[in-house]
Amino acid sequence: MRPFRYHRPTEVAEAVAVLGAEPQAAYLAGGTNLVDLMKLGVQRPDVLVDVTRLPLDTVEELPDGGLRIGATVRNSDLAAHPVVRRDYPVLARALLAAASGQLRNLATTGGNLLQRTRCVYFQDTGKACNKRDPGSGCAALHGQNRDLAVLDWSEQCVATHPSDLAVALAALDAVVEVHDTDGARDVPLAALHRSPGTHPERETTLAHGALITAVRLPALPAARRSAYLKVRDRASFAFAAGSVAAVLDLHGGVVRDVRLAYGAVAHRPWRAYRAEEELRGRPFSAELAAAAADAELTEARPLRHNGFKLPLTRSITVRVLTELASS
Amino acid sequence: MSTDAVGRAYPRLEGREKVTGTARYAVEYPVDGVTYGWAVPSAVVRGRITRVDTAEALASPGVLAVVHHGNAPRLAPGLEADLWLLQEPTVHYRGELVAVVVATSLEAAREGARLVRIDYDAGPHSTVLTEDHPSLYKPDHVNPSYPTDTEEGDFDAGYAAAPVRVDATYRTPAYHNNPMEPHATTARWHDGRLLVHDSNQGASSVRAALAELFELPRESVRVVTDHVGGGFGSKGYAKAAVVLAALAARHVDRPVKLALTRQQLFGPVGYRTPTIQRVRLAADTDGRLTAICHDAMSQSSTILEFAEQTAVYTRSMYAAPHRRTTHRLVRLDVPTPFWMRAPGGCPGAYALESAMDELAVAVGMDPVELRIRNDTPVDPDQGRPFTSRNLAACLREGAQRFGWADRDPAPRARRDGRWLVGSGVAGSSHPARARPSSATATARPDGGFHVRINATDIGTGARTALWQVAADALGVPPERVEISIGDSDLPNAPVAGGSMGTASWSWAVIRACQALRGKLRDGVPTEAEVSAGADTSEEVGGQPDLPRYAYGAQFAEVRVDATTGEVRLNRMLGVFAAGRVVNPTTARSQLIGGMTMGLSMALHEEGLLDERYGDWVNHDLATYHITGCADVESIEAYWLDEHDGELNPAGVKGIGEIGIVGSAAAVANAVFHATGVRIRDLPIRLDKLIGVSDLA
Repeated sequence: MRPFRYHRPTEVAEAVAVLGAEPQAAYLAGGTNLVDLMKLGVQRPDVLVDVTRLPLDTVEELPDGGLRIGATVRNSDLAAHPVVRRDYPVLARALLAAASGQLRNLATTGGNLLQRTRCVYFQDTGKACNKRDPGSGCAALHGQNRDLAVLDWSEQCVATHPSDLAVALAALDAVVEVHDTDGARDVPLAALHRSPGTHPERETTLAHGALITAVRLPALPAARRSAYLKVRDRASFAFAAGSVAAVLDLHGGVVRDVRLAYGAVAHRPWRAYRAEEELRGRPFSAELAAAAADAELTEARPLRHNGFKLPLTRSITVRVLTELASS
Repeated sequence: MSTDAVGRAYPRLEGREKVTGTARYAVEYPVDGVTYGWAVPSAVVRGRITRVDTAEALASPGVLAVVHHGNAPRLAPGLEADLWLLQEPTVHYRGELVAVVVATSLEAAREGARLVRIDYDAGPHSTVLTEDHPSLYKPDHVNPSYPTDTEEGDFDAGYAAAPVRVDATYRTPAYHNNPMEPHATTARWHDGRLLVHDSNQGASSVRAALAELFELPRESVRVVTDHVGGGFGSKGYAKAAVVLAALAARHVDRPVKLALTRQQLFGPVGYRTPTIQRVRLAADTDGRLTAICHDAMSQSSTILEFAEQTAVYTRSMYAAPHRRTTHRLVRLDVPTPFWMRAPGGCPGAYALESAMDELAVAVGMDPVELRIRNDTPVDPDQGRPFTSRNLAACLREGAQRFGWADRDPAPRARRDGRWLVGSGVAGSSHPARARPSSATATARPDGGFHVRINATDIGTGARTALWQVAADALGVPPERVEISIGDSDLPNAPVAGGSMGTASWSWAVIRACQALRGKLRDGVPTEAEVSAGADTSEEVGGQPDLPRYAYGAQFAEVRVDATTGEVRLNRMLGVFAAGRVVNPTTARSQLIGGMTMGLSMALHEEGLLDERYGDWVNHDLATYHITGCADVESIEAYWLDEHDGELNPAGVKGIGEIGIVGSAAAVANAVFHATGVRIRDLPIRLDKLIGVSDLA
């Protein structure tokens, strides 16, 4: 077998120190993605640092009305949290739209943000993939790419980020709390994931050894009117063909504020700033929502098999906003 | 004296063991000194292995051996070429299993497999079936031994002269059987004898294959197949896992456990071939068919010819004076396709029952009525009356239960919020056959009975059904009967496949029990056990060649999102005429399982091949979507009380496959009724229907 060492620290500083000293180490939380990838030979860490004994498994209400979610809070627990359900329904719905009950019982908040793409070429060591094996090429670019990116892809990589949770967090302007050997710092969620560019193997802006310890949600009263809409190829247990997270604040029929993020379209959760600009300050209508989505997608470049993602993303934008507007 | 065990809803005899996890599957038997095998797939599509470098693998901790064509024990040639594994350096398709790494742990074997370096001399390949492929040819026969083409009357003239015509081409992708339990084997050699615990659908035929490959007398091979986690046809014969495990065990002279990975189930064990099917129907203005033509294309490997009998369904389903069916095949650089639940009938019925729906629209006639109008008491193919044919009764009862009478035939006429709603129907049929089998029955002085037969329970409930049949045949309460199946040391029996298992096995069981009762004269042995055996070869072989079929009618209601094109099933209902039903609980499971698999075929499953690599890239259950429970909001199966005296002593027709036949067409027809858009290439996914409100 291929041996690896296993640590299960109880202090964050210890975890960061152990991992930082090992160039081929990886954090292990729920293991719902990493263990599969190890079996497939896609990831081959020498050292696993199990973070599930770290004191990061609580959800804490913040004085300013926000919420601090520990990195090892399980997806099921977070989805069921009464404050999440009340104040951030988009988050609860995104969590429950993901994976299966069994997986949600294991998967963690931090791990979910760091899960790897489900591009089939990435997961098969017999096929070219720059993300898995830099320089080997991107087999997906001209291969079976129905599930892959329409926005912001590069010749080197057309993968999508698979998380539902991350899409909701992008819409909520979440902040990721990170510990590394230099101490703690905040990373806005929007700055956590990278575009593929010429280095698709670098998926986040985190340095080696950095550990996500929590995700902070700012107070956002408007998020009480929020929703996550996911379309997939079967009714459950499938990654998104398209998804949208939305927060809508209407005042007298006019869009006072709106937050919109898309899943399944890019290498990272896609915050739809352009669409938001189109919507903000205007009287809401389905036509406006459609125009906003179109504005967001003007730079989309569909691949051979995924052109449907454009009308799909447009139609779910219209649906989710229209439903929020009438709720 | 009958105790009427048959017809009662007994729970599975092994149900408790299964749900508590104590039922042992092929690689779950504890074995002293066991080792683990991991199969290595070829990295090229077509070519020759020029070098196998095992140094690094052998240096890896725990690795005992790398078995490949250069060092593997020799197998006798002459049997199915797919099983002649590790014998030659030729590679026929990507993913062909070309080596086995044996190690002291599963993890070590997997790591060793990664470290085996194989060099290939690769050639160009062709892996995609197209209707104008230059290598299309007419096989000598189609699976298993049907004529390739049939012709009656003058199709071209009949078609040209008809007032109503349908000409449509349907496409189905590769479907992969994907049983829950992979093909898996524990193999051990002892004193020149081979013992395998193997996951298959028929231990007798696996034993015969192993005996021939390893040049052993059959008595020197024992195949134990106690529990099987599904097969859907892919375990209908010896496959790579059992041969590789036996080779590896012989090579290392230790027991070997070998299970294929999920990825390795996409290819080396068979799959349902992609099909391209052109169906032409002609009818008069009142819907009576005058001409039927079904031209089917499919693929096989360069190793073996497997010709899916796609159009055979059409030969006997509906009558018309002018009929033609053809099959054409291409040999590609792909794995050999094999049986998958209702081979031929399943894809063939999708095409024919879809075309019948198109004809109903063209004639302006209700699709249930259209099928009843073209019902026939005489098999159009054989020219003899069917032993029983209750297609029309299934359609009528199904229509009544489903609420079909209220249906507005106009497509795209119902809306439920954002959903377009529609319903569809299909007919279905499947041959009701039996094969020779043998069995023994023993009476014990304690009043108990023991029935032995090498039947296989692949999860269907076969063990329980045979136990019920035996009890009635013995005239005792089933609690007094013990049944043993799933071991090649038991009396020879045919495979669990072709919907023939229960018909074939129960025949031998009943005859053995009758023979035993004859010996006992209804008494109980006082001292020694009394046994009797039966072999039905003569009786089954002497059966008149009559058209025997099970029938069904499937109804589906779907909703399609008007903008995104998402398709969801509201409900599905099937009514079947399948002879006697031995156990309503397990029968219902078979029928709704088949219907669900048809739904899966219609909406979800698709093997996505990347022509550059020559293999299916979505080779796992995360990306090869199989219908989940949430996709099946309501499903019901019913059956008619049917008695057919021309079948077999138990009066059964088989229910493993009839459920899937027609189901995909019922769903596809419902999608048309909902949307007005006819999708003729499966699966019907949202990208084919997106913006459907603008499509029609």
